[in-house]
Amino acid sequence: MFSIKSLAATAAILFTTAPLQAEVLFWSTQARPVEEAQAMREQVLSGFEAGVDYQPNEDGPWLTRLQAELQAGSGSIDLLGALHGNFSALDPETLMDLDDLGVASKSETFNNLAKLGTDSLQYIPWMQASYIMAANKEALPYLPEGADIDALTYDQLIAWSKAVHEATGEAKFGFPAGPKGLKHRFFQGYLYPSYTNGVVRTFASDDAVVAWEKFRELWEHTNPASTNFSFMQEQLLSGDAWIVFDHTSRLAQAFNERPDDFVAFPAPSGPTGRGFMPVLAGIAIPKTVTDAEGAKALLAYMLKPETQIATLKATNFFPVVDVDLPDDLPPSVKAAGAAVAKMSAASDANPGLLPAGLGDKGGDFNRVFVDSFERIVLARQDIRQVLDDQKGQLAAIMEETGAPCWAPDAPSEGACPVE
Amino acid sequence: MNARLLPYVLILPVTLFLGVFFLYPFVLVAKLAFVGSEGLSLENFRDVISYWKFPISLKNTMLLAAVVVPVQLALALLMATMVNRMEKGRDLVLYIWTIPLGISDLAAGIIWLAIFEQSGFLNSMMTGLGLSDGPVNFLSYQNPGIVFLAIALAEIWRATAIMLVILVAGIGLIPKEYYEAAEVFGASPWQRFRRITLPMLRPSLQTALILRVVLAFEVFAVVAALGGTLFPVLMGEIYAYQFDLQNTNAAAALALIVLAISVVFTLIILRALRVPKGATI
Repeated sequence: MFSIKSLAATAAILFTTAPLQAEVLFWSTQARPVEEAQAMREQVLSGFEAGVDYQPNEDGPWLTRLQAELQAGSGSIDLLGALHGNFSALDPETLMDLDDLGVASKSETFNNLAKLGTDSLQYIPWMQASYIMAANKEALPYLPEGADIDALTYDQLIAWSKAVHEATGEAKFGFPAGPKGLKHRFFQGYLYPSYTNGVVRTFASDDAVVAWEKFRELWEHTNPASTNFSFMQEQLLSGDAWIVFDHTSRLAQAFNERPDDFVAFPAPSGPTGRGFMPVLAGIAIPKTVTDAEGAKALLAYMLKPETQIATLKATNFFPVVDVDLPDDLPPSVKAAGAAVAKMSAASDANPGLLPAGLGDKGGDFNRVFVDSFERIVLARQDIRQVLDDQKGQLAAIMEETGAPCWAPDAPSEGACPVE
Repeated sequence: MNARLLPYVLILPVTLFLGVFFLYPFVLVAKLAFVGSEGLSLENFRDVISYWKFPISLKNTMLLAAVVVPVQLALALLMATMVNRMEKGRDLVLYIWTIPLGISDLAAGIIWLAIFEQSGFLNSMMTGLGLSDGPVNFLSYQNPGIVFLAIALAEIWRATAIMLVILVAGIGLIPKEYYEAAEVFGASPWQRFRRITLPMLRPSLQTALILRVVLAFEVFAVVAALGGTLFPVLMGEIYAYQFDLQNTNAAAALALIVLAISVVFTLIILRALRVPKGATI
């Protein structure tokens, strides 16, 4: 019975992903939710004349098929769409050099990241996003006195969450600590930069102990079901959480469904500034491409300003090239765009970069932070002891990959040291 | 066709199928598990066993199996006996009881999540009946007991039917004459169940238990849906190694450990429930 079931499933997959010869196969980890995938097909890719077969997938299946094609030396995937982290886990040798296409993002930082440690572009930056805070308007009356929602500190965020907790009797801060939640990015790009002005070098510093103590305080007022939350828009809409942190596109649904009920605002600041981090997605062409011309044409099409605006509407990811944004943007885009702009323009902004140079150790790097969270916050183990213990794992990853420091850590010669 | 060759020809397709889609991948996985950074080694096994979550996930998997399987066995026996006694509507009841079998385990997990979550059915019911003032967080890290209970319930609901169908088939095979003879000698229903049904059911029990115990060690989707990261199990760790860490070798090593545990338990069940030589139904 099971084999019949799985056979049927396999057959279904085979039929749905069977490449149509004339179309360019766009194999992506982005715009996965059905509505987003449909919007990509109908509003973004329909303008490409040769036709596109857009296939979004979970990271696992995405990588599995790509690797199978690479190992076989031939394949049907023409274009790859994925996050920087997905690409950096690949061997740059398996991707075509894209310098001669003449397209790139307006940000030199992004273009450098896209070289994946080589001398030439391995992927072309495609779209960007970030992580922000959002709140239910019902929570606003509990803001601590004198606090400006656009320039909150972590202490004020804790006081605010505490006030809401005391007033409603429920812990209403929401944190995406579920299995698919992006909690590690909060620690890497927000908490650590804001308290220690670093990520790797300062991993086990005394400042880091303070940061974790603060997070523990915040956790007192965090909805305990957070360990099951992965897309905070769901809890915003259900009312289970009033104040949340998440990826802009994981908050979009809340703003689009009930634009008048929620506000978006910048991440809080700590003693060493307002740490925040971008999300960068890119497009690449695998070495095993069958229709190289079609793939290049589609890549160029994706970077056109009109396409970038259509992509923004479809996915809530912002353009990476210069565009004039129209006025008819969805509420989620307006809210997130304003919050990100305020965050970047803040006088105490402390922007971080995406981890780079970790190769296929990106997952291990994230696990160091996730494990620290589970041990310190959920299991309530001693902070100093956990950090000293996890430090060894982090140092081993950095030494093995030889990855140099990235902002906000001070630059290093050779592998980034854990101090 | 030569009559002596015919059986081999008939099993050839299945053998080929198993060889290509089961044995060959299995050899590859085994190879992956033993390949370390410097050739053949036990490095991957050392890595996965020394990870701080390994003992916890091993314990959780075992505990879940130890709680769920006996309950399911008892329930399946009870249900199979009941179905067997029914004269009317037997098929209908059997169909309804086996519905959970047709639902994917992730869907089953999500159904139970809809019941237990903060804004779920259980909470609305309790609030509606005035049993609680506001929504209660059942599935939180503060209530590991309830998380465990929810997972166990979902597993029992989902997978009891697989034992049930095997046992129903097994009970159907027991000749009525034994029961008639027992009744003549004045055996009570309980005695008939213990002295006839149970011993005669041994081969079916063996199959049902092996299947269920092995599946219990592979529990994954229900746990992921209900427990999130709160209740690590071995299968979840394999998934994390393969897809979060992209460490296929470690995932393969852990998979072999799960396989070894399954084999050990299969042997134990085979031995404990063996049918004595010469005994037949």
